[in-house]
Amino acid sequence: MKGDSYIDRSSRTLTLYAVLFLIVLYLPILFLPLFSFNDSIYIAFPLQGFTTAWYAQMWENPQMWAALGNSVKVGMATAVISTALGVFAAKAITRYRLPGQGPLVGFMMLPLVVPLIILGVAILILMSRLGVPLSLYTVTLGHLLICTPFAIATLIPRFEGLDPSLEEASADLGENIWWTFWRVTFPVVYPGIIASLLLTFTISFDEFIVAFFLAGTEQTLPIYIWNQLRFPRELPKVLALASVILLVSFVVVFLSLWLTNRGNRTLVQPGKDQ
Amino acid sequence: MTQDAYIRIENVTKRFGSFTALGDVSMDIREGEFFSLLGASGCGKTTLLRLLAGFESPTEGEIYLDGDPISGVPPNHRPVNMVFQSYAIFPHLDVRDNIAYGLRKRKLPKARRDEMVDEMLHLIKLPDYGDRRANQLSGGQRQRVALARALILRPKVLLLDEPLGALDKNLREQMQLELRQIQRTVGITFVFVTHDQEEALTLSDRMAVMARGKPLQIDTPEALYERPANREVAEFIGSMNFFEGRVTQADGQGVDLDVAALGRIAAPDGAGGLSPGQRVALAIRPEKIALSDTRPERGHAVRGRIQNAAYLGERSHYYVQLDGIEAPVAVSANNSAPVRHVPEAGEVWLSWPDEAMRVLAE
Repeated sequence: MKGDSYIDRSSRTLTLYAVLFLIVLYLPILFLPLFSFNDSIYIAFPLQGFTTAWYAQMWENPQMWAALGNSVKVGMATAVISTALGVFAAKAITRYRLPGQGPLVGFMMLPLVVPLIILGVAILILMSRLGVPLSLYTVTLGHLLICTPFAIATLIPRFEGLDPSLEEASADLGENIWWTFWRVTFPVVYPGIIASLLLTFTISFDEFIVAFFLAGTEQTLPIYIWNQLRFPRELPKVLALASVILLVSFVVVFLSLWLTNRGNRTLVQPGKDQ
Repeated sequence: MTQDAYIRIENVTKRFGSFTALGDVSMDIREGEFFSLLGASGCGKTTLLRLLAGFESPTEGEIYLDGDPISGVPPNHRPVNMVFQSYAIFPHLDVRDNIAYGLRKRKLPKARRDEMVDEMLHLIKLPDYGDRRANQLSGGQRQRVALARALILRPKVLLLDEPLGALDKNLREQMQLELRQIQRTVGITFVFVTHDQEEALTLSDRMAVMARGKPLQIDTPEALYERPANREVAEFIGSMNFFEGRVTQADGQGVDLDVAALGRIAAPDGAGGLSPGQRVALAIRPEKIALSDTRPERGHAVRGRIQNAAYLGERSHYYVQLDGIEAPVAVSANNSAPVRHVPEAGEVWLSWPDEAMRVLAE
């Protein structure tokens, strides 16, 4: 195209690739909401007719509500604790030069790559050895192990963007470390903290394998869904539930991305003229 | 050590691991003066400033402020404030809240607080910028806000860490004047760190030239320029021609030297204490040398050949080759006087008066 620079020129091949990519990625997921409105207990074409009955039945299911409540509780506890741990870790990693820092950080990030099933079995063995009864607390413990590296990884860029002289300036102007954290560090890294809370909550909320090993009599939502799959008649209700979760997840993820971007824009580049 | 020391730095050494940033530094800074620490990067000037602020503590020695030792006092309890090199304006607060940041602990009524902030906004000539954020300010404006934020607390000492370094040339010159003006208005002792000699000469009442973690000379800008104590200071401040030589005779008043390219020459013994046989450098500033076609009747003179000439508007620089030394002699001639055209590659006479010479021990 005339007038366009080389780098801006659109490519037909790439556009086609992008469209195909999105279809492959999202088509299977689109079946969930599609069949959740289908007036049949069988997941098969042709569609039988529109109904919201599955949503109504799901809504009236006390077991589902209990599982949802448990997942929210575990998710919130996990999000708050792992983000708090992440804040301390990210601050230490970005601010101090510790001996053996590289291996130490690597070690902290290890749960990101260890298969969850191994993690789940390991914690289960440890808990039974220690005689700790399985409960939502053990699930939360497992989720903390999974989520803390994510919290650290989310927060490190925020703390790296925090000019160390901001904290020095606060001390210089008379504030001790606690007031400095409250008045300067926290407000500057705040978008990162929100992003970390949303991300860790989502991970915990979704997590099945570790929760499956570590849950006692109280189910989390993924475990409840998995149990329902054994009964074909329950399947449409699960689809309805899945659709709702999907919707909420989308909202949360977009919110977290938006907050991260907005936060990055307010970061100051020192000494740069406008 | 003088009696009027407001800040007394006594035998201060600062080591970072095996690296010695400051080695046994002693200096006095007087109340109300504009004092500069000048040196190349790594000379220890910023370390000294951070010791005064309390971000570092001395490995050895002690710092006294107004008579009290302050080494053990954390930065948030020192009556000392700092303007950071990056300005460190809080990005989440507007200009007013930035300036008022340090006032929280004073527990002032809101009206009084606002009044003080208005006063500061006025002092830094940004009265209408109170509700701006840091990212809506230019570099110069940020610098002023950082200044106001520190001055509002009425510190005993204001520390400035290369505050003009990030500004472009014109703005820097304007800010130099304003900074000096503000310092006179508030009457607070300023300790100013810079690597820019011109800036230090323009702003300071007194300054310390530093290298390798030690002050080389502490004096007024004029004294440092006119009477450098040693070759390193002479080289660092302004430009200087050096002629290597040896003392042949010394009587306390003046010395006789045998100098390369100049031969036997009598010079004043500025620093004193030179003895016969000692190796010295005879230093002459380029702007103190005059050029002429014929041998002038008075002063010291030597013949040379112009190797290079550069016209710089208000002045011209000439590089003159002398017999007997390799490096050409720099001459800086003021173009405002009616000058004759000096032919390139021509033969000229260089001349200078007695007082242009400074004999420095090697």
